[in-house]
Amino acid sequence: MKLIVGFLLYLIAFTSSYSYAASGKMQLDTVDIDLSDKASLQRGAKIFMNYCLSCHSAAYMRYNRMGKDLGLSDAQVEESLMFASDKVGDTMTVAMRPKDAKKWFGVVPPDLSVISRARGTDWLYTYLRGYYLDTQKILGTNNVVFKDVGMPHVLWQEQGYVRKDSNNQLHALAGDQTTVSEYNMMVRDLVNFLAYIGEPSKIQRLALGKWVLLYLALFFFVAYPLKKAFWEDVH
Amino acid sequence: MRLLDWIDARFPASKLWNEHLAEYYAPKNFNFWYFFGSLALVILILQIVTGIFLTMHYKPDTALAFASVEYIMRDVNWGWLIRYLHSTGASAFFVVVYLHMFRGLLYGSYKQPRELVWIFGMLIYVALMAEAFMGYLLPWGQMSFWGAQVIISLFGAIPYVGEGLALWIRGDFVVADATLNRFFAFHVIAVPLVLLGLVVAHIIALHEVGSNNPDGVEIKKLKNDQGIPVDGIAFHPYYSVKDLVGVIVFLFIFSIILFYMPEMGGWFLEKDNFIPADPLKTPEHIVPLWYFTPFYAILRAVPDKLFGVLAMGGAIVVLFLLPWLDRSPVKSIRYRGPLFKTALTLFTISFFALGYLGTQPATGLYTLMAQIFSVIYFSFFLFMPFYTAIDKDKPVPDRVT
Repeated sequence: MKLIVGFLLYLIAFTSSYSYAASGKMQLDTVDIDLSDKASLQRGAKIFMNYCLSCHSAAYMRYNRMGKDLGLSDAQVEESLMFASDKVGDTMTVAMRPKDAKKWFGVVPPDLSVISRARGTDWLYTYLRGYYLDTQKILGTNNVVFKDVGMPHVLWQEQGYVRKDSNNQLHALAGDQTTVSEYNMMVRDLVNFLAYIGEPSKIQRLALGKWVLLYLALFFFVAYPLKKAFWEDVH
Repeated sequence: MRLLDWIDARFPASKLWNEHLAEYYAPKNFNFWYFFGSLALVILILQIVTGIFLTMHYKPDTALAFASVEYIMRDVNWGWLIRYLHSTGASAFFVVVYLHMFRGLLYGSYKQPRELVWIFGMLIYVALMAEAFMGYLLPWGQMSFWGAQVIISLFGAIPYVGEGLALWIRGDFVVADATLNRFFAFHVIAVPLVLLGLVVAHIIALHEVGSNNPDGVEIKKLKNDQGIPVDGIAFHPYYSVKDLVGVIVFLFIFSIILFYMPEMGGWFLEKDNFIPADPLKTPEHIVPLWYFTPFYAILRAVPDKLFGVLAMGGAIVVLFLLPWLDRSPVKSIRYRGPLFKTALTLFTISFFALGYLGTQPATGLYTLMAQIFSVIYFSFFLFMPFYTAIDKDKPVPDRVT
């Protein structure tokens, strides 16, 4: 038995190092997601509406639902966040036709409704901070996590120029627009918002969970003594 | 009680209640492993009820399916809860069914006179796999599409008729709208009907012969003067109150997953399935859902496609033969000899190892390991008639302990 367990532990250790070496994935930075941080979500929504929602849609997300969850009235949403539609009950679609998008970018920009669930928030956070100058590319930029990406560095005015050195490290070039940490905060807000639209019901899910568990725990303390009482005469 | 008398004169309501609950005598020594039968029934009902509500909003159309799932997640009242109950329930079903089957292995519940209970149970397992496979296509994500594409193409390995058969199953040259539509029909009505029928047969067969127990002793051999087994207790109320506790504990764990980690780190809901199906873009790794990975590993362990498919099918077929492969007079692991205990341990390890290997790329070392564990998997069954016949079993007591 000991021999078998030892052999198994050895195999697990061996294969895990094997798969790590085989995958060759780059290390992603971790981002702190907090759906209860409404200020962050509102800032993220603003960035999203201004920078993303002209090429990318979020076609499963409705404006008024977003407003409700982010603590904004319909009027506020219509006034400051709705540029691409005219009804507050609409979903976040874009006017760009897929055929044109394909011609311009080589690929149709994906819908962003569930991108945080497909890519993961850490990936998005690293990706949006991973652009650097690359004279080989038509758009003038490349990306460390998504090589030869079709998307230009839309946020370059916010971040400033970034160069990659020979060790694959990124360095900001004399950032006069914003500092590195300010840009990181901004991307964090955007990713937080993307995480929110990936699963808006997560707010309700987390809120409901503890009550369900509490109910089941109370139910257990009724059901278990009941079982004990019935089983008293079984020997 | 005059209403009940009126009904009983026309329909055996009391008779059914007594035969299957109030006067069904189950051994009094059921342990932890005996919770999973009733839990499987609870999950079956959960899946049917949540499934009905999902069909009210889901659209089996390649242009609409993905969006309709997100519509359920966002715009349908409590839709997210219904969907997560169903998706978490699917995985929970397999967890519970695997534990239930393992209980059968531990205590020899498949052995005479319960061969048909086991056969019906195995048919339920096969139907459940079909149900899960077809249900997984419905969200129409990348993994739905490519998983179905890979599995259906396996039929193409059959000589002469294979390609035609795969085409017939899909209804198109690739997995497409026709496939989605028919899988929907199978998933929501055809297979559930079969499943329900089989579950009824499984329980009727069980109640005919009586339940096995952790000692593997036949309690019907020793009855009191009223004809009640001395080691038996009425299922209701004893096991109904006990199983209620089991259900609550199960639901507690189930709820932790459902409310706090419904994706289960990508094992219950895969990341790639949040990307709509794209027939032109193959995902980096096509991994089946976790409950199929042991068989997927066996498939890939064999270099030849046809023999791989046969090995995978064989891995399930041999389970049906268990009652006749096991030649030991002893049922329970408690009184089995060292050979069976070792064999079962190795089998369990290889099942887990294959499950892990099925999630990894089929290259070099992984393939070699999958081959080794596949050999162990099949050896458990192939050599069973020999090692169970010569094993040094211990004497079995007359009464349960």
